[in-house]
Amino acid sequence: MNMTGRRLFLKALQEEGVEMVFGYPGGYVTDLFDELYRQEGIRLVLPRHEQGLIHAAEGYAKATGKPGVCLVTSGPGATNLVTGLADAHYDNVPLVCFTGQVPLELIGNDAFQEVDIVGMTRSITKYGVTVRNREDLGRIIKMAFYIASSGKPGPVLVDIPKDIQLASGDPEYPESVQIRGYKPASGVHVGQLKKAYKLLKSAKRPLILAGGGVNISGANELFQELVETMRIPVVTTIMGKGALPTDHSLYIGSCGMHGKYAANMAVMECDVLFSIGTRFNDRITGDLSEFAPKASIVHIDVDTAAISRNVEVDVPVVADAGTALEKLLEWAEKMDTVAWQERIEEWEKEYPLGQRRDRGMTPQMILEEVNREFPTGFLVTDVGQHQMWAIQFSELGPNRRLITSGGLGTMGFGFPAAIGAKLGRPEQDVVLITGDGGFQMNMQELATAVCEKLPIIICVFNNQYLGMVRQIQQLFYGKRYAHTCLRRRLGCPLMCKGPGADCPPYTPDFVKLAQSFGAYGARVEKAEEIAGALAEARTHTDAPTVIEFLISSEELVLPMVKSGHAMNQMILS
Amino acid sequence: MSVSKMKNRWIALYVENQVGVLAKVSGLFSGKSYNLQSLTVGTTEDETVSRMTISVLSDDRTFEQIKKQLNRMVEVIKVVDLTQVPIHMKEILFAKLLGLDEAGKEEAFRIAQVFGVDVADIGEDSVLLECKLTERRNNELIDLIKERFKNSIEVVRGGAVAIESISTSCR
Repeated sequence: MNMTGRRLFLKALQEEGVEMVFGYPGGYVTDLFDELYRQEGIRLVLPRHEQGLIHAAEGYAKATGKPGVCLVTSGPGATNLVTGLADAHYDNVPLVCFTGQVPLELIGNDAFQEVDIVGMTRSITKYGVTVRNREDLGRIIKMAFYIASSGKPGPVLVDIPKDIQLASGDPEYPESVQIRGYKPASGVHVGQLKKAYKLLKSAKRPLILAGGGVNISGANELFQELVETMRIPVVTTIMGKGALPTDHSLYIGSCGMHGKYAANMAVMECDVLFSIGTRFNDRITGDLSEFAPKASIVHIDVDTAAISRNVEVDVPVVADAGTALEKLLEWAEKMDTVAWQERIEEWEKEYPLGQRRDRGMTPQMILEEVNREFPTGFLVTDVGQHQMWAIQFSELGPNRRLITSGGLGTMGFGFPAAIGAKLGRPEQDVVLITGDGGFQMNMQELATAVCEKLPIIICVFNNQYLGMVRQIQQLFYGKRYAHTCLRRRLGCPLMCKGPGADCPPYTPDFVKLAQSFGAYGARVEKAEEIAGALAEARTHTDAPTVIEFLISSEELVLPMVKSGHAMNQMILS
Repeated sequence: MSVSKMKNRWIALYVENQVGVLAKVSGLFSGKSYNLQSLTVGTTEDETVSRMTISVLSDDRTFEQIKKQLNRMVEVIKVVDLTQVPIHMKEILFAKLLGLDEAGKEEAFRIAQVFGVDVADIGEDSVLLECKLTERRNNELIDLIKERFKNSIEVVRGGAVAIESISTSCR
């Protein structure tokens, strides 16, 4: 018996075990929504904007490890996904995004709400395709889920024209699919890995650099075992944060542009840099010619194209982090790294991370209280200064994981991602650290969080500026704060060197804003109020709480390495 | 970091014969600032598979990256590096020489003879050359006719197609 495309779509989601769809209706997906409306197994969540929708799906995927599923209409519904697709592509988040499309015969006619979304997103999806025959629908959806979640995960876009949704055809949803051009790396070249291990073993000052690949492959336990067996100090990228518990004695900190002094010095001075699951982004390496200048470099990555692209490596190994670590553990022996660790400790003492405690409430104080009040669950961030502080001062590990936008650095990511994380893991605490700028980019999702009854703790670090850019202006642009002040109004002086008594009030009032959505709102101005506000927020179980922390405008993210400079050229104070 | 020489390299690329694949492949070159010299595409004996012949100008490191980036595309079935293997490679080229006098026409025929190309058409004051030469030989031919027949030529090139040799002596 034949089946309509829309019915097969539903069947496919059911057989893939999809529990939640992030959807926003529109003309050319009404049939698919109609199918979802008439069943109970799959929950549909309705974010208030498609950008919020796709970031929520990312948060869901990062928190659960399952692909996030999006369903939006053609045209503007589809184009609003673009930022999220790029974000997911960069940070390797498995997503399957379905977009409606005008009927096949109208494609190319500039029909109402027609865009070539597959063409537009070709460079920011792992795979994208328009379904042109009803008979291909099942196979394409199967491919989409397989491609999104295997190998190096990523977003897949499936564009379904209206007439395909209605057409009758084969009712079968395939159990498996063969794709001749897609063979994700499995296994590991043992000889090459052995070479890498021998190099590591020969080191006097070995250092492991862990990237997001360790977290994505869920290899944290294996990783910790290797580190402890061999006694090798560890630095991480931002996406790798938490690969080893941050309070572990062998963990130095994250390295890179805003990395810890000791971590960057260790990279500069190590003689073997053993890296796993990182793409050596420019925020990690700085000036490439000065990166790890004394080290032989091992690079383990599941993506062959990531190897020797930015940094020329001595021993490349193509493998999933987990597969490689399992093998390495068979050989792992203790190394004598005592002297090297002492050297690192000296650097740590020389310039420890920390903000002054004599000038009122600092981000560090807030984050320390957040660590205490919410020691488990998910810590989600947006992008900017607060993100760097969160990465510097948050305790992470197997019971507390970080969700952040690393590669693309997408402002507006944090809040919807927190919603997705809470939806995916309702039993876990979800705390969002966000800035006043980034929160405003998707704050309409307060409606979603309230309607879904999600008790998320939203900590808005309000410094009244787009702080990360303001910091660059403060340090390198003669304090010309071009359009980074969010209090600025018509009538403000053309050149403004910073806040003063005559400045206009901040808009919006975040407390009233939260309340207008039916969320809880609180404002914290003094360090003494932090713990109480967080404890109070914890008691709210039926709706999110927005806590606005009024922090100093001048607080900087330090250390800082200027873009393109060597990693030992850190601005420290 | 070692800097190697920029040179011409060749890739045979087997891809799914589907809508959008050519755009995806060419988009990779523009998106990542790779220097694409020429790209030809056509279906193979298997109609579900297209084969492209791609010429790029790059250093070793970039070329390695190009091959890897192509390889990781879902629609790419196989990447064959033709740079170091014996191949047969030809490019179709038409050159129309216009505004010729009798001496000019004679010259055109002489050039055709020397280069071993066909005269495909002829008019009162014009000659059409049809060339199936290597890309390099075609370049030389163009240089020559540009010099001899100033401002009155029209050239259309097809881009090179290449296939691995059966015997190993030819290139």
